[in-house]
Amino acid sequence: MKQAKEPFQFVAASYLIRIRPERAHTLGEMARDLRTVSEASIFYHTFQSLEAHHYSAFSSDFAQWIMAACNEAALAERLAAVDLRDFVSLEDLRQALARRVEEHLKVIPRAADRPAFEPFHFCEAVDASVPLETRAQDLGELAEGIRHLSLQTLHHHFINSRLRLQLRTNDFSNWIVHNLGFNDLADKLNRIDFYNTSLDGLREQILQDLEPWMKQ
Amino acid sequence: MNLAPTTVVVRKASLQEYATVVGQPEIDEIRALGKRLAGRHVKMVNSTAVGGGVAEILNRLVPLMEETGVTPRWDVITGGEDFFTVTKAFHNALHGAPYDGPPEWLESFLSTNEENRRRMQFDEDFIVIHDPQPIGLINSRQPARGHWVWRCHIDLSRPNTTVWEFLRPFVERYDASLFSSPAFTYPSSIPQYLFSPSIDPLADKNRELEPEFVSGVLERFGINSRRPILTQISRFDRLKDPLGVIEAFRIVRKYSDCQLVLAGGGASDDPEGDAVLREVTEAAHGDPDIFILNLPPWSHLEINALQRASTIVIQKSLREGFGLTVAEALWKRKPVVASAVGGIPRQVIHKLTGMLVHSVEGCAYQIHYLLSHPEFARQLGENGREHVKENFLVTHNLKRYLLLFLILQQA
Repeated sequence: MKQAKEPFQFVAASYLIRIRPERAHTLGEMARDLRTVSEASIFYHTFQSLEAHHYSAFSSDFAQWIMAACNEAALAERLAAVDLRDFVSLEDLRQALARRVEEHLKVIPRAADRPAFEPFHFCEAVDASVPLETRAQDLGELAEGIRHLSLQTLHHHFINSRLRLQLRTNDFSNWIVHNLGFNDLADKLNRIDFYNTSLDGLREQILQDLEPWMKQ
Repeated sequence: MNLAPTTVVVRKASLQEYATVVGQPEIDEIRALGKRLAGRHVKMVNSTAVGGGVAEILNRLVPLMEETGVTPRWDVITGGEDFFTVTKAFHNALHGAPYDGPPEWLESFLSTNEENRRRMQFDEDFIVIHDPQPIGLINSRQPARGHWVWRCHIDLSRPNTTVWEFLRPFVERYDASLFSSPAFTYPSSIPQYLFSPSIDPLADKNRELEPEFVSGVLERFGINSRRPILTQISRFDRLKDPLGVIEAFRIVRKYSDCQLVLAGGGASDDPEGDAVLREVTEAAHGDPDIFILNLPPWSHLEINALQRASTIVIQKSLREGFGLTVAEALWKRKPVVASAVGGIPRQVIHKLTGMLVHSVEGCAYQIHYLLSHPEFARQLGENGREHVKENFLVTHNLKRYLLLFLILQQA
């Protein structure tokens, strides 16, 4: 099995949710705050909140609130349809989200000031991670390590890492490209649909994709 | 009156035992975080060692924390009846109730805090003060020494301004505050973090029980195991609306055969419990299908058995902190009908992990619906169990505290 130039370092990762001062009581306020809130908050309510949406209709906090608290189903669907994987910067993602809300309010201006059933509280994550003793020198060890990660750490390496890596890749793909040179495998992992699967399902998919490459 | 603060010694629990519930990776990662804090000392302070959700959380969190390498200590402040009368009024006022306490009450609050403060040492690296009762201990803060955190378990979104303006200057001197829901917060100059409370799946209150034990408990209280059982577990407190539960029960019973269990006890920091218990007993009018059980604080196995024996668990609070009894019921796969107040909507996602209600009539309607649709009720219970497993177990809470300490340390 091909050996990596540098080992993959697994970490114990988790995050605290910091509650920000901004809160939107109407769609108009949501449009305003989407323009000004921190990038970390945009990231938190889109990428990071994916793991919290097993039971809700949409995989974005913004879409969920617009549906549940504002009863604006069409706008909720349009926001939920924003594909996070299309973006290579959080600023672009912010613009896309804000634009969709603003366009909706142009068509239905009265929706801007209608009080929501409950306010939207903007949050952001504060990460902390410490290295684990587990390291991977090849794909077999990477797979073994992934098998034994907690779900939150899997989320950290595969989804949260995109913030650090400018939304272009994830920790596993990044390591595979730079240390093993398996670009096709890295691309394949990076294209896994993390929207429509649980984190356990995501783990299974990663392991399944790694399997055929272990013989190389 | 002895005002010496009490140090609570709690039974040691094994962190490793939780691997059977949350998986070995989660335990390994908690230990890895703990290693970074090895040798650090933590002090938790609250106002009661028994009764109520905070004491229950600390009772299990503290020994688990010790296993990670940090040295925790749990201290309980003490005070006389007058102090707890004031703090109960504060508690209700912070939940939005009117407040008309005389000026002496504020003096009593301050002097009891000061008495406790003088008797306590604060040499720890991290000091976590729970709720408003001991909030004045911040006066012991030394410059550049120790990190002070205020853990607020109650909803501050609509506080009575008199009480809040009195307490707020204390809060703003902490390094951070922790809330059970973003909706409980207020505009603040210090960082605010989301900290969900938690239940312990291996504690007597939540662990699996033998069916014989459950049926034995029902028998002991004279409850018929062959008829549907509706249960609300909570201390006898007007904010838990026990009278509203009785009213809802009477509406349901017109159409469905059922029994009602109202079970709970008092906490040592709640002087109103006896009066509320009398009101509830009067409202029941000796109805043989209403079981009012005033249980001592150590009745964890009995509470567990009553929840497991229930057909539906109710939590019809008017205001609520987080409402840990909801998480306990969900963990036991019970369909829950609960008010959409406080932290309950974070646990009960309407029609997915339970049913949210806003009135006595709504409560009765949803109970009747679930009694008539047992398969839907079963699915709610299954979803609820997963929701708690992912979010509200003591291991999550432990991990959050370790992270908080790391973040404060790095800052």
